[in-house]
Amino acid sequence: MDKTLKWSLWVYLGLVFIFVFAPIAASVAFSFNSQRFPTIPLGEFSLQWYAAILSDPEVWEAAVTSLIVSICSAILATIIGFCTAYTDFRYNFRFKGAYLALALLPPTIPLIIMALAMLAWLSRIGASGQVWSIIIAHTVLTAPFAMAIIRLRLSQMDESLEAAAWNLGADEWGAMRHVIFPFAKPAIVSALCLTAAVSFDEFAVAWFVSGLNKTIPVMILEIVQGNIDPRVNAIGSFVFLTSMTLVILAQVFFMAKSNQESKAV
Amino acid sequence: MSKPLVEFDNVIKRFGDFTAVSDVNFEINRGEFIAIMGPSGCGKTTSLRMLAGLEQPDEGEIRINGQRVNELKPNERDTPLVWQSLALFPFLNVRQNVEFGLKMRGMDTNARRIKAEEWLGKMEIAEFADRDISQLSGGQRQRVALARALVTEPELLLLDEPLSALDAHLVIRMQQVLTRLQRELGITFVYVTHSQSEAFAMADRVIIMGHGEVAQMGESKEIYRNPKTKFVAEFVGRNNIISGTVTKINKEIIYMDAPAGEFQVKPKKGIYFKKGDAISFSVSADFVNLHSKRPTGPTARENIVKATLISEEFIGSVVTLFLETEDGTEFKTQVQERELNKIDLKSSQQLYLSWATRRTHILEG
Repeated sequence: MDKTLKWSLWVYLGLVFIFVFAPIAASVAFSFNSQRFPTIPLGEFSLQWYAAILSDPEVWEAAVTSLIVSICSAILATIIGFCTAYTDFRYNFRFKGAYLALALLPPTIPLIIMALAMLAWLSRIGASGQVWSIIIAHTVLTAPFAMAIIRLRLSQMDESLEAAAWNLGADEWGAMRHVIFPFAKPAIVSALCLTAAVSFDEFAVAWFVSGLNKTIPVMILEIVQGNIDPRVNAIGSFVFLTSMTLVILAQVFFMAKSNQESKAV
Repeated sequence: MSKPLVEFDNVIKRFGDFTAVSDVNFEINRGEFIAIMGPSGCGKTTSLRMLAGLEQPDEGEIRINGQRVNELKPNERDTPLVWQSLALFPFLNVRQNVEFGLKMRGMDTNARRIKAEEWLGKMEIAEFADRDISQLSGGQRQRVALARALVTEPELLLLDEPLSALDAHLVIRMQQVLTRLQRELGITFVYVTHSQSEAFAMADRVIIMGHGEVAQMGESKEIYRNPKTKFVAEFVGRNNIISGTVTKINKEIIYMDAPAGEFQVKPKKGIYFKKGDAISFSVSADFVNLHSKRPTGPTARENIVKATLISEEFIGSVVTLFLETEDGTEFKTQVQERELNKIDLKSSQQLYLSWATRRTHILEG
């Protein structure tokens, strides 16, 4: 390839990464800055904002709420996602296309519409403003991601594998337990991580339905609305780290297995 | 004679508008090696799947050991299948794969370890017991699949084109392994394949299927020499098939007129013709003789055609020649390679083919 072209493509790639990550990097950098206002030159290195959030019971409360919400909704979403993916893998039925489209719909709905609808619905049935209201909403929102990942994995499966288990004496549940689950395991773990990450980050829906149970993103907004507070940089860095870890874990679990198998074939 | 192990009684299977298996009847005896052969879509795999309980017949009855099994689920019968894709479990190692059937049948850990060990030994894969499936070669995987299917010591083993993914030299090796195994175990093998050489090399009896029906069932040699129908004769390769009209009949010979010439056909018991009837017969390629000059011998004179050489196919000591008559009828002849040296073969040279009338076989349908 032409050397200049190659070189300029590398520069272009670098610029894209800078564009994407510079704001986050800045936020992380300011979280260790001693000065109150995010200006350059930076002040001294300091952990004061981290100390401030760690000693704030409200932050702890929000973190615990976020944790509970993301773990519970990840588990529920992965169960629903698995069931949807499995019905797609196993059965053929009329309107299957519509069934799948419907199952994948929630992330395509604008979040604000989704959030309003959730609030209206949950409050009508008397279920808004609770921790589990956020769990329900986040489950709806993240189940399609879990389904997509697990469906992709099941599509890599030799269709005769399940029948082979029946043929060797396994009943339906035995084949599910000893063949489908072990085969889909990397995707299930991956789906758990990814849905947890999405739920942990999610703001709009959580803000509408959470009531007094603030999650971390909701809390960040409330801090920013009030005044300029460098604590958000510290919280933001923490959220970023958590989500990135989960997303990377999801990727690692899924890719490792697929690579190993494609090498074998 | 003891009761047959497997019986298909007027079995019909439809998928929507498509009839995959229509009115199939056959019996398989204990200890037989049966090959079900046919072109793709002939219903052979569907028949096998019905035997394993993976499909349910729409009509008719399938019996194993005299018991109706139509309604039994796959896990309620003992009919292990060696899959075309092998369907080994990629997340289990070799030993765990072999133990799977025992585990599903509730055998305890120690007993199943011993049993699996025994079969790993028999299939000569004991040294790979702790490896992942992905670390094995094609031939080794084949052996794992066999061990996994046989470890429960069934009366009946089903095989669905298990050798189709292997290299040619491995196919021959695995054929020997399978034949030996079947003899030693004395159990019934039902082997589905589209490969004539696999079926004829291994099976005691062959079932030829076409369009969802059993076209012919019999020993390899019988099917090879006496194809019953045009379909079987065509499917079994090396046959010349000639169709024409009956012109004259006497006690020993039916005379016919075909585009390629006038021929004599040996009558067949139970099949009657009158003048003007359509008739087809086959003559196996190795019974067709090749001459460079018009032959004059008494049998050679019975049926002669003049043809030109189109192509040849060389397989070891035997050469198959493909020829064409003036009217475009194709002929095949098989000649020993050393015989061929006596005849000066130049493309487009006029050659003569002859065959004895007693080598002809009338085809039905």
